[in-house]
Amino acid sequence: MTDTPSSPVTPLLDVKHLRKYFPIVSGDFRRKVTGNVRAVDDVSFFINEGETLGLVGESGCGKTTASRCVLRAYVPTGGEMLFRNADGSIVDLATLSRAGLKPIRSQIQMIFQDPYASLNPRMTLFDIVGEPLLMNGMKDRKQRTERVAELLKLVGLRPEFLQRFPHAFSGGQRQRIGIARALASSPRLVVADEPVSALDVSVQAQILNLLLELQNELHLTYLFVAHNLSVVKHICDRVTVMYVGKIVETAETQELFRAPRHPYAAALMLAVPVADPRVKSGDVELKGDVPSPANPPPGCYFHPRCPFAIDRCKVDAPEYREITPGHFVSCHRADELELAGVAT
Amino acid sequence: MNDQSPLLSVKDLKAYFHLDEGIVKAVDGVTFEVRPGEVLGIVGESGCGKSVTMKAILRILEPPGKIENGEIIWNRTVSAQNNSTVEETINLTKLDPHGKAMRAIRGAEIALIPQEPMSAFSPVHTIGNQLIEAIMLHRTTNKREARQIAIDLLRDVGIPMPAERLTAYSWQLSGGLRQRAIIAMALSCNPRLLIADEPTTAVDVTTQAQVLRLLRELQAKRNAAIIFITHDLGVIAQVADYVVVMYLGLVMEQGPVDDIFHAPKHPYTQALLRSIPSVHSTPREELPTISGSIPHPFNKPRGCPFHPRCERAIEGRCDQRTPALQPVGDRQLASCFLYHDVERSS
Repeated sequence: MTDTPSSPVTPLLDVKHLRKYFPIVSGDFRRKVTGNVRAVDDVSFFINEGETLGLVGESGCGKTTASRCVLRAYVPTGGEMLFRNADGSIVDLATLSRAGLKPIRSQIQMIFQDPYASLNPRMTLFDIVGEPLLMNGMKDRKQRTERVAELLKLVGLRPEFLQRFPHAFSGGQRQRIGIARALASSPRLVVADEPVSALDVSVQAQILNLLLELQNELHLTYLFVAHNLSVVKHICDRVTVMYVGKIVETAETQELFRAPRHPYAAALMLAVPVADPRVKSGDVELKGDVPSPANPPPGCYFHPRCPFAIDRCKVDAPEYREITPGHFVSCHRADELELAGVAT
Repeated sequence: MNDQSPLLSVKDLKAYFHLDEGIVKAVDGVTFEVRPGEVLGIVGESGCGKSVTMKAILRILEPPGKIENGEIIWNRTVSAQNNSTVEETINLTKLDPHGKAMRAIRGAEIALIPQEPMSAFSPVHTIGNQLIEAIMLHRTTNKREARQIAIDLLRDVGIPMPAERLTAYSWQLSGGLRQRAIIAMALSCNPRLLIADEPTTAVDVTTQAQVLRLLRELQAKRNAAIIFITHDLGVIAQVADYVVVMYLGLVMEQGPVDDIFHAPKHPYTQALLRSIPSVHSTPREELPTISGSIPHPFNKPRGCPFHPRCERAIEGRCDQRTPALQPVGDRQLASCFLYHDVERSS
């Protein structure tokens, strides 16, 4: 790989050659590392301030691992994650120590997938939403109560709910609580890992609208991890598609959906069933299953399933390159293939 | 689809759960028909009673759940003497769920494709073991013959090297293959009705596309009917011929798939279709939402269950009385006072 994708302005987060390997240990007595699961393998992307980057892919593609590395819930095996502080100074999240991370933690927050599992059932709303405030030094209870009430209002919940427990709320309301907690420390980057996939269809739209509203109001930056492409298309400015630990394509949302350049990205789009019986979709010639990241095929990881694979794809791993400004693809045949998108 | 008599007709089915805290009316008067060779889609959000309906049909509703009312009529043709066939109707609600008659229908004539392929198979028996067991129970007593049928089944559902897979355990298969193996199991006795309960919710989109295509092919080849239960409107639009939309234990609307998606009558169906982001919609535009959330089953609203969230609710009517399911078009029915003034008899 020659150069990493970069943005004309200094991005809020610039991830370069990020790698996260999980060792495979075998043997009962003499524990030996016999291999690595390459969950994230040489991944580069950037997020500009105020935009939403979608990270999509099927299960096991490494999208969650990548997002957890950004949060430093995992220590990356290699690579850089350059984060721009509010004053313009740049720190590398990948190598920061625990102490060095402390001032950064409040600036990068997370919204979780399952609002039934992510809220402590024994804590009241005041405790749940107020905890990050306490951690960040807001010791005065009265001040904290005011701020929590303000946050609840912000996410569309009534401040009277302060002393209630999570069980009294529906899934959509719980997700709002989770969002309020994430916003408590006034983060600049919010990592949302499948924030609507556990919710009912009629509630999903409410949460998506809320996320868009909050972004406009608070000038938030989102890293939006999801597998539902309709949701991603709706909310993201740019989209990165991952497959077996690597990025296959990154482009602006409209461009990616109109004219994908990687066969996997195109197949993924066509596989989504459209809620219209007159549009035939969900029909893809994609055989087989996603390979294991512990034992990926040689060459391009997608070649065994790719309808356009040539001999070169079997031996030579494609380079992740910029083919038009802002459009990155890793496919040998990206320039010659005419792939159909779904959007008009 | 055609004028054949229905294969299965569910009439005013009510299934309640008697809990210490009160009665949960999970299914509160559901009526629909399944015709031979048709894919009936049941769509609804959590708590709408779609899975309880499925369990009631198979008579595997476990206590404290109980069928309170209604009929589930199963029509079957039995070959009689001198090669003629006799039409027979059985009311499944009258059968003993553990009895011989019900056990002969369940699995053999009505089969289930469960949601989680991982928990549906026993992890300590091989795939072949479990398939052959089902086949020997319903079809043949010859083990060698059963084994051959099992191999053919696995080949039919597109599993490579079927003979070798018989000795594999379910956890050795990938998600896609496991889902295929479950479908093979459901098909093992040539059922006339397949009930698929969210068969693709646990798998990825590309696997989902494969499984949906497989189901469509098998359905066309074997002319079986399918009840397809899901919360995904996209999947329903792509697989179903006829759609039943449920909300809080009641059928809100039912009709041919094209009418449901292009001319929905019930405000709930309309709002639901508007609120889903589509790959064709304008990005970052505010989505029309359905206000509020699904009520808790203990506090079901009076009158039409959807009225507190409905934009077109009529005061004094929708909050007092429950509308009945009435025809609003050709094969399309809706339970909404906007179209008629027939109240449900309770």
